[in-house]
Amino acid sequence: MDPTPLTRTRPSTAEVSGTDRPRPARHVRLDYSRTRQRRILLHPEAVVVLNGTGAAILELCDGRHTVAEIVSELGTRYRGVPEEEVRRFVGRLVARRWLELSDG
Amino acid sequence: MDSPFGLLAELTYRCPLACPYCSNPLNLADYGDELTTGDWMRVLTEAGDLGVLQCHLSGGEPLLRRDLVEIVAHAHLLGLYTNLITSAVGFSRPRAELLRTAGLDHVQISIQADEPARSDRIAGVPSFRRKVEAMGLVKELGWPLTMNVVLHRYNIGHVAEVLALAEEVGADRVELANTQYYGWAWRNRAALLPSRAQLAAAEEVVRAAVERLRDRMDIVYVIPDYYSRYPKPCMGGWASRQLTVTPNGDVLPCPAAQSLPLPRASVREEPLERIWAEAPVMTAFRGTDWMPEPCRGCPRREVDFGGCRCQAFLLTGDPARTDPVCHLSPDHELVERAVTAANSERRPRGSALVPRPHQARRPVGPRQVR
Repeated sequence: MDPTPLTRTRPSTAEVSGTDRPRPARHVRLDYSRTRQRRILLHPEAVVVLNGTGAAILELCDGRHTVAEIVSELGTRYRGVPEEEVRRFVGRLVARRWLELSDG
Repeated sequence: MDSPFGLLAELTYRCPLACPYCSNPLNLADYGDELTTGDWMRVLTEAGDLGVLQCHLSGGEPLLRRDLVEIVAHAHLLGLYTNLITSAVGFSRPRAELLRTAGLDHVQISIQADEPARSDRIAGVPSFRRKVEAMGLVKELGWPLTMNVVLHRYNIGHVAEVLALAEEVGADRVELANTQYYGWAWRNRAALLPSRAQLAAAEEVVRAAVERLRDRMDIVYVIPDYYSRYPKPCMGGWASRQLTVTPNGDVLPCPAAQSLPLPRASVREEPLERIWAEAPVMTAFRGTDWMPEPCRGCPRREVDFGGCRCQAFLLTGDPARTDPVCHLSPDHELVERAVTAANSERRPRGSALVPRPHQARRPVGPRQVR
Protein backbone atom coordinates (compact mmCIF):
# COMPACT_ATOMS: atom_id res chain seq x y z
CA MET A 1 0.00 0.00 0.00
CA ASP A 2 1.44 3.24 -1.07
CA PRO A 3 -0.16 6.59 -1.78
CA THR A 4 1.61 6.96 -5.10
CA PRO A 5 1.03 5.97 -8.64
CA LEU A 6 2.90 2.91 -9.66
CA THR A 7 4.90 3.31 -12.78
CA ARG A 8 5.42 0.36 -15.02
CA THR A 9 7.84 0.14 -17.85
CA ARG A 10 6.08 -3.00 -19.05
CA PRO A 11 4.52 -3.20 -22.53
CA SER A 12 0.79 -2.57 -22.47
CA THR A 13 -0.19 -5.77 -24.23
CA ALA A 14 1.13 -9.31 -24.73
CA GLU A 15 0.85 -11.76 -27.61
CA VAL A 16 -1.84 -14.35 -26.96
CA SER A 17 -2.53 -17.35 -29.17
CA GLY A 18 -5.66 -19.47 -29.53
CA THR A 19 -4.05 -22.42 -27.75
CA ASP A 20 -3.03 -20.47 -24.64
CA ARG A 21 -4.93 -21.28 -21.45
CA PRO A 22 -5.20 -18.13 -19.33
CA ARG A 23 -5.77 -18.19 -15.58
CA PRO A 24 -5.59 -15.54 -12.87
CA ALA A 25 -2.12 -14.97 -11.44
CA ARG A 26 -1.61 -16.28 -7.94
CA HIS A 27 -2.17 -12.85 -6.38
CA VAL A 28 -5.34 -12.11 -8.35
CA ARG A 29 -8.92 -13.07 -7.46
CA LEU A 30 -12.16 -12.83 -9.42
CA ASP A 31 -14.94 -11.68 -7.11
CA TYR A 32 -18.23 -9.80 -6.85
CA SER A 33 -18.98 -6.38 -5.39
CA ARG A 34 -22.40 -6.17 -3.72
CA THR A 35 -22.29 -2.39 -3.60
CA ARG A 36 -21.53 -2.04 -7.30
CA GLN A 37 -23.38 -5.19 -8.40
CA ARG A 38 -20.51 -5.98 -10.72
CA ARG A 39 -17.88 -8.67 -11.04
CA ILE A 40 -14.48 -7.41 -10.03
CA LEU A 41 -10.89 -8.48 -10.32
CA LEU A 42 -8.85 -8.01 -7.15
CA HIS A 43 -5.10 -7.54 -6.99
CA PRO A 44 -2.95 -6.57 -3.96
CA GLU A 45 -2.79 -2.95 -5.10
CA ALA A 46 -5.72 -2.47 -7.44
CA VAL A 47 -9.27 -3.37 -8.38
CA VAL A 48 -10.79 -3.69 -11.84
CA VAL A 49 -14.57 -3.36 -12.09
CA LEU A 50 -15.64 -5.56 -14.99
CA ASN A 51 -18.32 -5.06 -17.60
CA GLY A 52 -20.49 -8.01 -18.64
CA THR A 53 -18.23 -9.29 -21.40
CA GLY A 54 -15.09 -8.82 -19.29
CA ALA A 55 -16.67 -10.82 -16.49
CA ALA A 56 -17.78 -13.56 -18.88
CA ILE A 57 -14.27 -13.85 -20.35
CA LEU A 58 -12.63 -13.98 -16.93
CA GLU A 59 -15.00 -16.61 -15.61
CA LEU A 60 -13.65 -18.85 -18.37
CA CYS A 61 -10.01 -17.98 -17.62
CA ASP A 62 -9.58 -21.00 -15.37
CA GLY A 63 -6.40 -22.54 -16.79
CA ARG A 64 -8.47 -25.25 -18.55
CA HIS A 65 -10.17 -23.37 -21.39
CA THR A 66 -8.01 -22.27 -24.31
CA VAL A 67 -8.52 -18.79 -25.74
CA ALA A 68 -10.13 -20.42 -28.79
CA GLU A 69 -12.56 -22.30 -26.54
CA ILE A 70 -13.38 -19.12 -24.63
CA VAL A 71 -14.18 -17.36 -27.89
CA SER A 72 -16.45 -20.17 -29.07
CA GLU A 73 -18.15 -20.45 -25.66
CA LEU A 74 -18.86 -16.71 -25.62
CA GLY A 75 -20.13 -16.93 -29.21
CA THR A 76 -22.95 -19.17 -27.99
CA ARG A 77 -23.94 -16.59 -25.34
CA TYR A 78 -23.42 -13.24 -27.00
CA ARG A 79 -23.77 -12.16 -30.56
CA GLY A 80 -20.52 -10.96 -32.03
CA VAL A 81 -17.66 -11.32 -29.59
CA PRO A 82 -14.75 -11.17 -32.01
CA GLU A 83 -11.73 -13.33 -31.23
CA GLU A 84 -9.55 -10.28 -31.72
CA GLU A 85 -11.33 -8.49 -28.87
CA VAL A 86 -10.95 -11.43 -26.48
CA ARG A 87 -7.28 -11.77 -27.33
CA ARG A 88 -6.70 -8.08 -26.79
CA PHE A 89 -8.48 -8.15 -23.42
CA VAL A 90 -6.56 -11.21 -22.26
CA GLY A 91 -3.32 -9.78 -23.70
CA ARG A 92 -3.68 -6.58 -21.71
CA LEU A 93 -4.21 -8.50 -18.48
CA VAL A 94 -1.31 -10.84 -19.25
CA ALA A 95 0.96 -7.82 -19.85
CA ARG A 96 -0.03 -6.48 -16.43
CA ARG A 97 0.51 -9.95 -14.93
CA TRP A 98 -3.08 -10.24 -13.73
CA LEU A 99 -3.46 -13.32 -15.96
CA GLU A 100 -0.92 -16.02 -16.68
CA LEU A 101 -0.79 -18.28 -19.71
CA SER A 102 -0.07 -21.96 -19.96
CA ASP A 103 -0.21 -23.76 -23.28
CA GLY A 104 -0.78 -27.33 -24.37
CA MET B 1 -18.92 10.59 -4.91
CA ASP B 2 -17.83 6.99 -5.51
CA SER B 3 -17.48 4.16 -3.03
CA PRO B 4 -13.97 3.55 -1.76
CA PHE B 5 -12.20 0.42 -3.03
CA GLY B 6 -9.56 0.03 -0.37
CA LEU B 7 -9.18 0.43 3.37
CA LEU B 8 -5.74 0.90 4.88
CA ALA B 9 -6.15 -0.34 8.44
CA GLU B 10 -3.22 1.00 10.44
CA LEU B 11 -3.61 -1.35 13.39
CA THR B 12 -0.80 0.09 15.50
CA TYR B 13 2.10 2.49 15.13
CA ARG B 14 4.26 0.34 17.43
CA CYS B 15 7.11 -1.18 15.44
CA PRO B 16 10.16 -3.35 16.12
CA LEU B 17 12.05 -1.45 13.40
CA ALA B 18 13.26 2.14 13.51
CA CYS B 19 13.56 3.05 9.83
CA PRO B 20 14.36 6.73 9.28
CA TYR B 21 12.14 6.83 6.15
CA CYS B 22 9.01 5.79 8.05
CA SER B 23 5.87 7.64 6.97
CA ASN B 24 4.19 7.29 10.37
CA PRO B 25 3.46 10.60 12.11
CA LEU B 26 6.06 12.26 14.33
CA ASN B 27 3.60 12.50 17.24
CA LEU B 28 3.42 8.73 17.76
CA ALA B 29 2.45 9.24 21.42
CA ASP B 30 -0.96 10.56 20.35
CA TYR B 31 -1.90 7.19 18.85
CA GLY B 32 -1.32 4.94 21.86
CA ASP B 33 -5.03 4.55 22.64
CA GLU B 34 -5.62 1.85 20.04
CA LEU B 35 -8.97 0.60 18.79
CA THR B 36 -10.17 -2.65 20.35
CA THR B 37 -10.75 -5.89 18.46
CA GLY B 38 -14.48 -5.16 18.50
CA ASP B 39 -13.91 -1.66 17.11
CA TRP B 40 -11.89 -3.03 14.20
CA MET B 41 -14.51 -5.66 13.41
CA ARG B 42 -17.18 -2.98 13.29
CA VAL B 43 -14.96 -0.77 11.11
CA LEU B 44 -14.37 -3.63 8.68
CA THR B 45 -18.08 -4.43 8.51
CA GLU B 46 -18.91 -0.78 7.86
CA ALA B 47 -16.16 -0.59 5.25
CA GLY B 48 -17.54 -3.65 3.46
CA ASP B 49 -21.02 -2.10 3.45
CA LEU B 50 -19.53 1.09 2.03
CA GLY B 51 -18.10 -0.86 -0.92
CA VAL B 52 -14.53 -1.52 0.23
CA LEU B 53 -13.10 -4.63 -1.43
CA GLN B 54 -9.53 -4.67 -0.19
CA CYS B 55 -8.20 -4.44 3.32
CA HIS B 56 -4.54 -3.58 3.79
CA LEU B 57 -3.43 -4.45 7.32
CA SER B 58 -0.55 -2.21 8.14
CA GLY B 59 1.06 -0.12 10.87
CA GLY B 60 3.66 0.18 12.43
CA GLU B 61 3.89 -3.57 12.65
CA PRO B 62 0.45 -5.22 12.48
CA LEU B 63 1.82 -8.49 13.91
CA LEU B 64 2.21 -6.67 17.24
CA ARG B 65 -1.58 -6.77 17.53
CA ARG B 66 -2.42 -10.00 19.37
CA ASP B 67 -5.83 -10.02 17.69
CA LEU B 68 -4.48 -9.88 14.13
CA VAL B 69 -5.72 -13.40 13.31
CA GLU B 70 -9.24 -12.53 14.51
CA ILE B 71 -9.23 -9.31 12.48
CA VAL B 72 -8.10 -11.17 9.35
CA ALA B 73 -10.73 -13.87 9.87
CA HIS B 74 -13.43 -11.23 10.12
CA ALA B 75 -12.24 -9.42 6.99
CA HIS B 76 -12.15 -12.74 5.15
CA LEU B 77 -15.68 -13.55 6.30
CA LEU B 78 -16.80 -10.24 4.80
CA GLY B 79 -15.23 -11.25 1.49
CA LEU B 80 -12.48 -8.62 1.58
CA TYR B 81 -9.15 -9.23 -0.14
CA THR B 82 -6.73 -9.10 2.79
CA ASN B 83 -3.18 -7.90 2.43
CA LEU B 84 -0.70 -8.03 5.31
CA ILE B 85 1.98 -5.34 5.13
CA THR B 86 4.69 -6.42 7.52
CA SER B 87 8.33 -6.12 8.53
CA ALA B 88 8.09 -9.92 9.11
CA VAL B 89 9.42 -9.54 12.64
CA GLY B 90 7.04 -11.77 14.60
CA PHE B 91 5.98 -13.78 11.52
CA SER B 92 6.59 -17.15 13.18
CA ARG B 93 5.48 -20.43 11.61
CA PRO B 94 2.59 -20.98 14.04
CA ARG B 95 1.34 -17.42 13.55
CA ALA B 96 1.70 -17.72 9.77
CA GLU B 97 -0.28 -20.96 9.77
CA LEU B 98 -3.07 -19.35 11.79
CA LEU B 99 -3.18 -16.41 9.37
CA ARG B 100 -3.33 -18.83 6.44
CA THR B 101 -6.27 -20.64 8.02
CA ALA B 102 -7.96 -17.31 8.78
CA GLY B 103 -7.97 -16.58 5.04
CA LEU B 104 -5.21 -14.00 4.60
CA ASP B 105 -4.83 -13.48 0.83
CA HIS B 106 -1.47 -11.80 0.31
CA VAL B 107 1.69 -10.91 2.21
CA GLN B 108 3.98 -7.96 1.60
CA ILE B 109 7.32 -8.06 3.39
CA SER B 110 9.66 -5.09 3.56
CA ILE B 111 13.41 -5.34 3.43
CA GLN B 112 15.63 -2.34 3.94
CA ALA B 113 18.46 -3.35 1.57
CA ASP B 114 19.97 -6.33 -0.23
CA GLU B 115 22.21 -7.76 2.49
CA PRO B 116 22.19 -8.17 6.28
CA ALA B 117 24.59 -5.46 7.42
CA ARG B 118 23.12 -2.68 5.29
CA SER B 119 19.50 -3.72 5.84
CA ASP B 120 19.92 -4.02 9.61
CA ARG B 121 21.72 -0.68 9.80
CA ILE B 122 18.79 1.07 8.10
CA ALA B 123 16.16 -0.87 10.09
CA GLY B 124 18.02 -0.11 13.32
CA VAL B 125 17.69 -3.72 14.52
CA PRO B 126 18.96 -7.12 13.32
CA SER B 127 16.09 -8.31 11.14
CA PHE B 128 17.31 -9.13 7.63
CA ARG B 129 17.80 -12.87 8.11
CA ARG B 130 14.37 -13.47 9.58
CA LYS B 131 12.81 -11.41 6.82
CA VAL B 132 14.37 -13.71 4.23
CA GLU B 133 13.23 -16.76 6.24
CA ALA B 134 9.73 -15.30 6.47
CA MET B 135 9.64 -14.80 2.70
CA GLY B 136 10.45 -18.50 2.31
CA LEU B 137 7.62 -19.35 4.70
CA VAL B 138 5.17 -17.18 2.76
CA LYS B 139 5.97 -19.09 -0.41
CA GLU B 140 5.96 -22.46 1.36
CA LEU B 141 2.45 -21.84 2.71
CA GLY B 142 1.27 -20.95 -0.80
CA TRP B 143 0.73 -17.20 -0.50
CA PRO B 144 1.57 -14.70 -3.20
CA LEU B 145 4.52 -12.62 -2.01
CA THR B 146 5.36 -8.99 -2.59
CA MET B 147 8.78 -7.80 -1.53
CA ASN B 148 8.87 -4.08 -0.82
CA VAL B 149 11.97 -1.94 -0.59
CA VAL B 150 11.82 1.77 0.14
CA LEU B 151 14.58 3.41 -1.88
CA HIS B 152 16.75 6.32 -0.76
CA ARG B 153 20.34 7.52 -0.90
CA TYR B 154 21.67 4.67 1.27
CA ASN B 155 20.32 1.71 -0.69
CA ILE B 156 19.39 2.88 -4.19
CA GLY B 157 22.83 1.91 -5.47
CA HIS B 158 21.98 -1.73 -4.71
CA VAL B 159 18.78 -2.16 -6.69
CA ALA B 160 20.34 -4.91 -8.83
CA GLU B 161 21.17 -6.97 -5.74
CA VAL B 162 17.69 -6.34 -4.30
CA LEU B 163 16.16 -7.70 -7.52
CA ALA B 164 18.47 -10.72 -7.39
CA LEU B 165 17.27 -11.41 -3.86
CA ALA B 166 13.63 -11.10 -4.97
CA GLU B 167 14.31 -13.69 -7.66
CA GLU B 168 16.03 -15.97 -5.18
CA VAL B 169 13.13 -15.92 -2.70
CA GLY B 170 10.59 -16.31 -5.51
CA ALA B 171 8.70 -13.05 -4.98
CA ASP B 172 5.68 -12.65 -7.25
CA ARG B 173 5.88 -8.87 -7.06
CA VAL B 174 8.58 -6.42 -6.14
CA GLU B 175 7.87 -2.84 -5.19
CA LEU B 176 10.82 -0.53 -5.52
CA ALA B 177 9.34 2.50 -3.84
CA ASN B 178 11.27 5.73 -3.80
CA THR B 179 10.85 7.40 -0.42
CA GLN B 180 7.82 9.63 -0.01
CA TYR B 181 8.65 12.56 2.21
CA TYR B 182 6.09 12.43 5.01
CA GLY B 183 6.42 11.80 8.74
CA TRP B 184 9.91 10.63 9.71
CA ALA B 185 11.03 10.66 6.07
CA TRP B 186 10.14 14.35 5.86
CA ARG B 187 12.25 14.98 8.93
CA ASN B 188 15.16 13.06 7.33
CA ARG B 189 14.69 14.36 3.81
CA ALA B 190 18.04 16.08 3.42
CA ALA B 191 19.86 12.86 4.28
CA LEU B 192 17.60 10.49 2.33
CA LEU B 193 17.03 12.26 -1.00
CA PRO B 194 19.17 10.54 -3.65
CA SER B 195 21.14 12.28 -6.36
CA ARG B 196 20.11 12.47 -10.00
CA ALA B 197 23.01 10.21 -10.95
CA GLN B 198 21.93 7.57 -8.41
CA LEU B 199 18.39 7.60 -9.79
CA ALA B 200 19.50 7.37 -13.40
CA ALA B 201 21.67 4.35 -12.63
CA ALA B 202 18.89 2.63 -10.65
CA GLU B 203 16.30 3.25 -13.35
CA GLU B 204 18.54 1.65 -15.96
CA VAL B 205 18.85 -1.48 -13.79
CA VAL B 206 15.08 -1.56 -13.23
CA ARG B 207 14.29 -1.22 -16.94
CA ALA B 208 16.57 -4.13 -17.81
CA ALA B 209 15.13 -6.29 -15.02
CA VAL B 210 11.53 -5.61 -16.09
CA GLU B 211 12.45 -6.87 -19.54
CA ARG B 212 14.40 -9.90 -18.30
CA LEU B 213 11.86 -11.02 -15.66
CA ARG B 214 8.74 -10.19 -17.65
CA ASP B 215 7.26 -13.68 -17.35
CA ARG B 216 8.15 -14.30 -13.74
CA MET B 217 7.79 -11.19 -11.63
CA ASP B 218 5.84 -7.98 -11.50
CA ILE B 219 8.28 -5.15 -10.87
CA VAL B 220 6.69 -1.94 -9.72
CA TYR B 221 8.80 1.17 -9.59
CA VAL B 222 7.35 4.05 -7.58
CA ILE B 223 8.68 7.25 -9.08
CA PRO B 224 10.74 9.74 -7.10
CA ASP B 225 8.34 12.65 -7.38
CA TYR B 226 10.84 15.34 -6.42
CA TYR B 227 12.51 14.59 -9.75
CA SER B 228 9.28 14.49 -11.78
CA ARG B 229 7.83 17.13 -14.03
CA TYR B 230 4.27 16.52 -12.84
CA PRO B 231 2.99 15.47 -9.42
CA LYS B 232 1.65 12.02 -8.58
CA PRO B 233 -2.14 11.53 -8.72
CA CYS B 234 -2.07 10.92 -4.99
CA MET B 235 -4.47 8.09 -3.93
CA GLY B 236 -6.22 8.49 -7.30
CA GLY B 237 -7.72 11.75 -6.03
CA TRP B 238 -8.53 12.97 -2.52
CA ALA B 239 -11.12 10.74 -0.80
CA SER B 240 -11.93 9.12 -4.10
CA ARG B 241 -10.78 5.48 -3.98
CA GLN B 242 -9.13 4.82 -0.62
CA LEU B 243 -9.49 5.54 3.06
CA THR B 244 -7.21 5.07 6.03
CA VAL B 245 -8.12 4.35 9.64
CA THR B 246 -5.33 5.14 12.11
CA PRO B 247 -4.62 3.08 15.27
CA ASN B 248 -6.79 5.37 17.42
CA GLY B 249 -9.72 5.38 14.98
CA ASP B 250 -9.18 8.59 13.02
CA VAL B 251 -10.40 8.34 9.43
CA LEU B 252 -8.28 9.95 6.71
CA PRO B 253 -8.18 9.96 2.92
CA CYS B 254 -4.52 8.89 3.04
CA PRO B 255 -1.99 7.83 5.68
CA ALA B 256 -0.16 11.16 5.60
CA ALA B 257 -3.20 13.40 6.06
CA GLN B 258 -3.14 13.47 9.87
CA SER B 259 -0.77 16.43 9.66
CA LEU B 260 -3.27 18.64 7.82
CA PRO B 261 -5.21 21.38 9.64
CA LEU B 262 -8.63 19.72 9.24
CA PRO B 263 -11.08 18.69 11.96
CA ARG B 264 -10.63 15.05 12.89
CA ALA B 265 -13.23 12.39 12.24
CA SER B 266 -13.22 9.20 14.30
CA VAL B 267 -14.87 5.80 13.96
CA ARG B 268 -15.32 6.03 17.72
CA GLU B 269 -17.81 8.84 17.21
CA GLU B 270 -19.45 8.37 13.81
CA PRO B 271 -20.23 5.61 11.34
CA LEU B 272 -17.73 5.24 8.52
CA GLU B 273 -20.35 5.86 5.87
CA ARG B 274 -21.20 9.30 7.24
CA ILE B 275 -17.53 10.20 7.61
CA TRP B 276 -16.82 9.18 4.00
CA ALA B 277 -19.75 11.22 2.69
CA GLU B 278 -19.71 14.30 4.89
CA ALA B 279 -16.70 14.79 7.15
CA PRO B 280 -14.67 17.89 6.25
CA VAL B 281 -11.49 15.77 6.21
CA MET B 282 -13.02 13.88 3.26
CA THR B 283 -14.83 16.67 1.44
CA ALA B 284 -12.14 19.38 1.73
CA PHE B 285 -10.28 18.42 -1.46
CA ARG B 286 -12.63 15.97 -3.14
CA GLY B 287 -13.14 16.63 -6.85
CA THR B 288 -11.73 19.70 -8.57
CA ASP B 289 -13.70 22.65 -7.10
CA TRP B 290 -11.07 23.41 -4.44
CA MET B 291 -8.31 23.86 -7.00
CA PRO B 292 -6.31 27.05 -7.36
CA GLU B 293 -4.52 28.10 -10.53
CA PRO B 294 -2.55 26.71 -12.28
CA CYS B 295 -4.46 23.46 -11.53
CA ARG B 296 -7.93 24.86 -12.16
CA GLY B 297 -7.29 25.58 -15.82
CA CYS B 298 -4.86 22.71 -16.39
CA PRO B 299 -5.76 19.90 -18.83
CA ARG B 300 -4.14 17.48 -16.35
CA ARG B 301 -6.41 18.42 -13.43
CA GLU B 302 -8.20 15.06 -13.63
CA VAL B 303 -4.98 13.19 -14.37
CA ASP B 304 -3.03 14.14 -11.26
CA PHE B 305 -5.73 15.95 -9.21
CA GLY B 306 -3.34 18.75 -8.27
CA GLY B 307 -0.91 16.24 -6.76
CA CYS B 308 -0.58 15.55 -3.07
CA ARG B 309 -2.33 17.81 -0.52
CA CYS B 310 -0.06 16.63 2.27
CA GLN B 311 3.04 17.45 0.26
CA ALA B 312 1.62 20.90 -0.59
CA PHE B 313 1.00 21.48 3.12
CA LEU B 314 4.42 20.24 4.26
CA LEU B 315 6.24 22.34 1.69
CA THR B 316 4.15 25.54 1.66
CA GLY B 317 2.04 25.47 4.84
CA ASP B 318 -1.14 25.55 2.71
CA PRO B 319 -2.77 22.23 1.71
CA ALA B 320 -4.86 23.95 -1.00
CA ARG B 321 -1.89 24.94 -3.16
CA THR B 322 -0.68 23.11 -6.25
CA ASP B 323 1.75 20.33 -5.30
CA PRO B 324 5.13 22.11 -5.54
CA VAL B 325 6.54 19.03 -7.31
CA CYS B 326 4.73 20.25 -10.44
CA HIS B 327 7.00 22.36 -12.63
CA LEU B 328 4.03 24.72 -13.17
CA SER B 329 3.60 25.35 -9.43
CA PRO B 330 4.49 28.87 -8.24
CA ASP B 331 6.21 27.12 -5.31
CA HIS B 332 8.28 24.71 -7.43
CA GLU B 333 11.44 26.41 -6.25
CA LEU B 334 10.96 24.72 -2.84
CA VAL B 335 11.43 21.34 -4.49
CA GLU B 336 14.22 22.55 -6.75
CA ARG B 337 16.14 23.75 -3.74
CA ALA B 338 15.97 20.32 -2.06
CA VAL B 339 17.03 18.65 -5.31
CA THR B 340 19.92 21.08 -5.77
CA ALA B 341 21.12 20.35 -2.24
CA ALA B 342 20.93 16.59 -2.87
CA ASN B 343 23.12 17.00 -5.96
CA SER B 344 25.57 19.47 -4.50
CA GLU B 345 29.22 18.49 -4.29
CA ARG B 346 29.35 20.35 -1.00
CA ARG B 347 26.66 18.09 0.48
CA PRO B 348 27.94 16.92 3.88
CA ARG B 349 28.84 13.21 3.93
CA GLY B 350 27.20 10.81 6.36
CA SER B 351 24.36 13.12 7.36
CA ALA B 352 22.66 12.29 10.62
CA LEU B 353 19.43 10.33 10.34
CA VAL B 354 16.81 10.43 13.06
CA PRO B 355 15.44 6.90 13.54
CA ARG B 356 11.75 6.66 14.25
CA PRO B 357 11.22 5.35 17.78
CA HIS B 358 9.79 1.84 18.30
CA GLN B 359 7.27 3.32 20.69
CA ALA B 360 6.27 6.83 21.44
CA ARG B 361 8.04 7.10 24.76
CA ARG B 362 11.56 6.23 23.69
CA PRO B 363 13.99 9.11 23.51
CA VAL B 364 15.14 10.03 20.02
CA GLY B 365 18.73 10.77 19.05
CA PRO B 366 20.62 11.02 15.78
CA ARG B 367 22.21 7.91 14.36
CA GLN B 368 24.95 7.81 11.74
CA VAL B 369 24.29 5.82 8.61
CA ARG B 370 27.08 5.52 6.13
